[in-house]
Amino acid sequence: MFPVIKLKPKAHMREYCFFPPGKFLFLLGLIFMVNTVSMSQVTFPVNGIADPQVKCFAFTNATIVKDGQTTVPNATLVIREGKIVSVGASVTIPKEAVVIDCSGKFIYPSFIDIYSDYGVPVPQRQGAPFDYRAPAQLTSNIKGVFGWNQAIKSDIDAAKLFNADDAKAKPLRDLGFGAVLTHQKDGIARGTGALVTLATEKENLVMLKDKASAHYSLSKGTSTQSYPSSMMGSVALLRQTYLDAQWYKTNPAAEGVNLTLKAWNDIQSLPQIFEANDKWNDLRADRIGDEFGVQYIIKGGGNEYQRIKEIAATKATFILSVNYPQTMDVEDPNEARFVSLSDMKHWELAPTNLAAFEKANIPFCITAADLKDTKTFFANLRKAIDNGLSESKALEALTKTPATALGVYDKVGSLDAGKIASFIITNGEVFKDKTVILQNWIQGNKYAVKDENWSPVAGQYTLQVRSAGGNNSYTLDVKSISDASIIAKDTIKTKFSYDGKLVTISFATEKKTRAASIRLGGTVNGDVWNGNGVDADGNNVLWTASFAKAGAPAPDTSKKKPQGELGKVVYPFDGYGWDSLPQAETILIKNGTVWTNEKEGRLENTDVLIKNGKIAQIGKNLADAGARVIDATGKFVTPGIIDEHSHIAAASINEGAQSVTSEVRIGDNLNPEDINIYRQLSGGVTSSHILHGSANTIGGQTQLIKLRWGAGDEELKFKGADPFIKFALGENVKRTTSQNNNRFPDTRMGVEEVMMDAFTRACEYEKGCKEAAVPATTSKKKGAAATTAAAAVRRDLELDALVEIMNKKRFITCHSYVQSEITATMRVAEKFNFTVNTFTHILEGYKVADKMKTHGANASTFSDWWAYKTEVQDAIPYNATLMQRVGLNVCINSDDAEMARRLNQEAAKSVKYGGMSEEEAFKMVTLNPAKALHVDEKVGSLKAGKDADVVIWSDNPLSIYAKAEKTIVDGIVYFDRTRDLEMRKKIAAERNRLVQKMLGEKRSGGPVAPATPSFQVVLSCGDHDHHDGLITVDVDEHDATH
Amino acid sequence: MKKLIIFIQLLAAGIASQAQEDVYPAKAYAGKLYITNGTIHVGNGQVIENGTIEVENGKIVQVGAGVTVPAGGKVVDVKGKQVYPGLILPVTDLGLKEISNGVRGSNDYSELGEYNNSIRSIVAYNTDSKIINTLKANGILLAGVTPQGGTISGSSSVVQLDAWNWEDAAYKMDNGMHLNMPTFISRPSRFAAFFGIPQSQTDPTKDALKKIDEIKTLFRQAKGYLQETTHKETNLKFEALNALFSKKQKLFVHASQVKQMLIAIDFVKEFGFDVVIVGGSECFQIADLLKQYNIAVILGDEHALPATEDDDIDQPFKTPAMLQKAGVLFALNDEHGESRYRNLPFNAGTAAAYGLTKEQALQAITLNSAKILGVDDKTGSLEAGKDANIVVSEGDILDMRTSIIVHAFIQGREVSLENKQKQLYDRYMYKYDLK
Repeated sequence: MFPVIKLKPKAHMREYCFFPPGKFLFLLGLIFMVNTVSMSQVTFPVNGIADPQVKCFAFTNATIVKDGQTTVPNATLVIREGKIVSVGASVTIPKEAVVIDCSGKFIYPSFIDIYSDYGVPVPQRQGAPFDYRAPAQLTSNIKGVFGWNQAIKSDIDAAKLFNADDAKAKPLRDLGFGAVLTHQKDGIARGTGALVTLATEKENLVMLKDKASAHYSLSKGTSTQSYPSSMMGSVALLRQTYLDAQWYKTNPAAEGVNLTLKAWNDIQSLPQIFEANDKWNDLRADRIGDEFGVQYIIKGGGNEYQRIKEIAATKATFILSVNYPQTMDVEDPNEARFVSLSDMKHWELAPTNLAAFEKANIPFCITAADLKDTKTFFANLRKAIDNGLSESKALEALTKTPATALGVYDKVGSLDAGKIASFIITNGEVFKDKTVILQNWIQGNKYAVKDENWSPVAGQYTLQVRSAGGNNSYTLDVKSISDASIIAKDTIKTKFSYDGKLVTISFATEKKTRAASIRLGGTVNGDVWNGNGVDADGNNVLWTASFAKAGAPAPDTSKKKPQGELGKVVYPFDGYGWDSLPQAETILIKNGTVWTNEKEGRLENTDVLIKNGKIAQIGKNLADAGARVIDATGKFVTPGIIDEHSHIAAASINEGAQSVTSEVRIGDNLNPEDINIYRQLSGGVTSSHILHGSANTIGGQTQLIKLRWGAGDEELKFKGADPFIKFALGENVKRTTSQNNNRFPDTRMGVEEVMMDAFTRACEYEKGCKEAAVPATTSKKKGAAATTAAAAVRRDLELDALVEIMNKKRFITCHSYVQSEITATMRVAEKFNFTVNTFTHILEGYKVADKMKTHGANASTFSDWWAYKTEVQDAIPYNATLMQRVGLNVCINSDDAEMARRLNQEAAKSVKYGGMSEEEAFKMVTLNPAKALHVDEKVGSLKAGKDADVVIWSDNPLSIYAKAEKTIVDGIVYFDRTRDLEMRKKIAAERNRLVQKMLGEKRSGGPVAPATPSFQVVLSCGDHDHHDGLITVDVDEHDATH
Repeated sequence: MKKLIIFIQLLAAGIASQAQEDVYPAKAYAGKLYITNGTIHVGNGQVIENGTIEVENGKIVQVGAGVTVPAGGKVVDVKGKQVYPGLILPVTDLGLKEISNGVRGSNDYSELGEYNNSIRSIVAYNTDSKIINTLKANGILLAGVTPQGGTISGSSSVVQLDAWNWEDAAYKMDNGMHLNMPTFISRPSRFAAFFGIPQSQTDPTKDALKKIDEIKTLFRQAKGYLQETTHKETNLKFEALNALFSKKQKLFVHASQVKQMLIAIDFVKEFGFDVVIVGGSECFQIADLLKQYNIAVILGDEHALPATEDDDIDQPFKTPAMLQKAGVLFALNDEHGESRYRNLPFNAGTAAAYGLTKEQALQAITLNSAKILGVDDKTGSLEAGKDANIVVSEGDILDMRTSIIVHAFIQGREVSLENKQKQLYDRYMYKYDLK
């Protein structure tokens, strides 16, 4: 029953001599755990007598699971000097081997976690907590021969930082891990990771590979530098750094030595690992990789099952956690109210994530790194298995897949001859509920995990207690290492403890509350235990217990929870998401009042036929056999509303850390799950121009989207639209609300110069690029000189965008208020021979409308906003009318997630203020923005051949009483007021189901966390207050002024 | 001739360039005034077609379809137009806040300190605020000028919007004491997620309850103090609560969350205050309870996003109809800082689109507001005996498409609808030769 471990006692004793006396006490603690210390480094001097050993073990009679696919029953594993010698059913056991009988045991390769920071210090953020009003930190505060940005830390080398740390290694070993890839989890580029084992040896020997990987993320971590301050800024910084590193290979004199870029280049050939932590971030990371020919291994966020199709398309290997959201205490309805359905659904479905990967055939590794409590690892992994993950895939994800991803499958990840001897011994199939890991051997060294469970202790024992008074015999029924009873007339519970080596038993001889106890202690020797003790009367006794018969198998009390009903994955993963995405239909809208925005004007009793996503025909008495007919009698049919200035549907809006950030792109960080997409569809909006904020003079590249509720982030984009960029002037860009601004500019004089300087640099850059592009043969410069010229030009994403503007390939929409800055900006543009496409906000546009007309700019304004800051004191609600009458193309925009769903009413205010005609007013939110955005060929009016972006209104669309009843984009009905009412019922029912389920978990004793409100981040321009819900978090002022 | 026209235009521009210093408060009108032939929306739900309002010495004498108009009195013929009671903006920083961002010197709405019971907004009310005239131009003739900040912000006063100075403007002084109910929701630090900064772990419920205990203790001590006949030392903060205990003043509790409102009900139970909820975005959940305790509500933000992503997308739009159905006395407000409160009638319009009748919606910005502010004896509806606070619109005042104000009367005086914005409009019509 007890393992036969044949040890040379002498050798065992000698171990102590390796270490100086000071470590002796520490080692005592390890004696039971570490049987042998096998390795010593040859370059290190020996203090004492050298003790070379050839350590060889044979593990016999085991079920050996070599890898996820191969299991060998009744097999032997032979290891020698930390390596596997042979594995199989019939292998020769070397004479010198210590033989360990593993009957009834299972042996698996030790697990590998490739997302760890084991043994690497966690850097702390220096300085005060973030304060958005504080002066900007414009360059890195790390001194030395490094790059400009503090978040790019490609020179960090985990191997140099690594210190083996037994206190951190043990919990991982106890879970079965034998090796981890460790790196410093800080910054956007994080340098290299090192592959180390969890053995407690000299660091030199546990390190399997010092540069095993390179690491990246989208989070700047402890960097105190202002840039980047947004998701899209992180993306842009990575992209630019890839380009800079390429350029640095040419040894540009202008850069000198840059160890950050040097290191970046040095580590490109390693496996590249990207911490993305969210389904959309996964896709963002993968796109960066695609651009630069890198296939990242992506650390996911656990919500990938919500978009598994897009995730599969990355072709990446993933690293996934088994960390799930905790059950919330939803007892208080007022607290439960603020937990969103999407959070509750994720709570329910998070354990299905791994199974979704397996089903989609996406390779993945499992990490324990994110767990707050590592002890939950197996329970959570079993939850994944209960939710459809196969055990063989689970094993593969902990062994072969991570080893393969790192290119070290020749060393670790399976039990094959020649590999490192790292394996676990269990008393059953490793993922089964009752199974325990008994030992974890790493590099040929034993680390006990639950040695006390090596022999099944359960059974009936005959207990003999001998005292001067005579002998007593009892039947001891042992259930487990901590549970045993004396079986007599009554069954008497004992206090019992057993650790495989020592045993204590104490019990009362009578079943009385205050009965005195017999106390026994002794040692274990296989089936026989013996020792001494004291009886109830205080007399000394001796005792023996010997195994008599196996106990009745304990009934399986682990409740196999019925899997029960699981909610569906919906698109988007919001309450209002679709079970399956809606499709384009052939739709015939009959007998409505059709506002065409074309020369036909408003047509009474007219039909609109929609086919293949386009408007097929407009006319009277149309027919189409296959069409779904919508009766629009008494209703109004119009083109969809286009919002020229919006900040919805993005993960970040403002990269305000520098005055020029034309390299950032809203399109890099779309969030197609923003509920405001759906809410705005209910207001008849079909396209939105998502703008960068107004924190800086030259902001980021914008993104025109269609409100395709349920689509993925890329699918939201308005295909084929001209690219735009946001500029901003005035108070926001000079950081008026900051008490101590140190960022240029601080006045409108400086704002103009920022633009002059940027375009001047862009001209020089363009010239340089052109020269470099000229083939060497035709260039005046020949050969090496030409190559140098090419190399000398650093590709600059910031200037690329400005060159596009000058070449009329990218167009500006410029946040502006007062007449001086409007005029100044037009003059700057004219100097560089381009036109400012659109002035947005443009509240004093009425003062310079004639100049704008001459320049050729469009105007996009608010209907009636004013007074909230100095630069809007002269704003008037007649602005739109005046500009329109001077002859400008005028739009009314929202810049506000709430107001966007009432843009028709905002347009109607120009009927009130200045007497604009209804038709012209409505064009300000449909056709005019389409023109300003250069998409009027596709949208903005109802005309055969144009996109079927159509709204059916209950009333005159300029009336406050009008409701959008159906909103159609590309011929797909994305919003339907009737369906919306059904959705509300569905949401209520689904919320109730999940609340009841959470309450059930709580009542059955599961751990619960307080109900956490699902805060919604609402992003905005950085300009003014917004009127959002109770649990929205408005990040504008932080973004804007930082 | 041509030269003359240019001269006149220049003259007009010259006036315009003075901004609005030439927009004068109207002089009192003592005689009789008849507003005839209009569709009269009384404000209490009643509509009189082709009606006439007779006004004398600033008060409404009679209203009806059969009122005869004798020769001699001033007659304003409003044939085909809509006549309404002057709209009331019930809770606002109007006249206390001019330029909110970046110009601290123009702001007088939020005082330092936690318990500013004795603070009075009326003394800082600036009748020359440029914003006031833009409200009159949209039919808003009265406002509840309210201090902010701290836990108790102080007293509000009702003003009429056509005045030379605050004493002139005061319509009802110190009508309400304003209390900001502590929050039961702790918001995450906005940037914490991006920077990975740990969130504070304090329990918002515990913090809120502690604060509420502090408020109750203050009220209890004040009650004791006010029952003393003589005081060893005068305590202005306690003195200021006298009107609240004697019910000359209402307690306006600024609260949105259900728990905050439940605590407000508690205040009714313990102290017997007349309580009004201000804000109240979540009040639809406990409408029946509010009715039971006769708690009125001033809804803050009709044009708001729903509180949660799962909420009905039109929840804030239809909340007024839910209160109406439950029988709760409620008014609508406009807190929108960027358009500066002039869209009050359109907030009512949206409420009408989502379940109220148009007359109910009108009542929510006229008579109900007057009742809640304690001025319904003088205004809020077009009824005999009340002040002649009257607005005439070309069409439906609740719909921006037709809401064009052509006359406004405060206490029978026809007030100017001019404002800085109209003057700038004229100025640039002139520049561009537009008509």
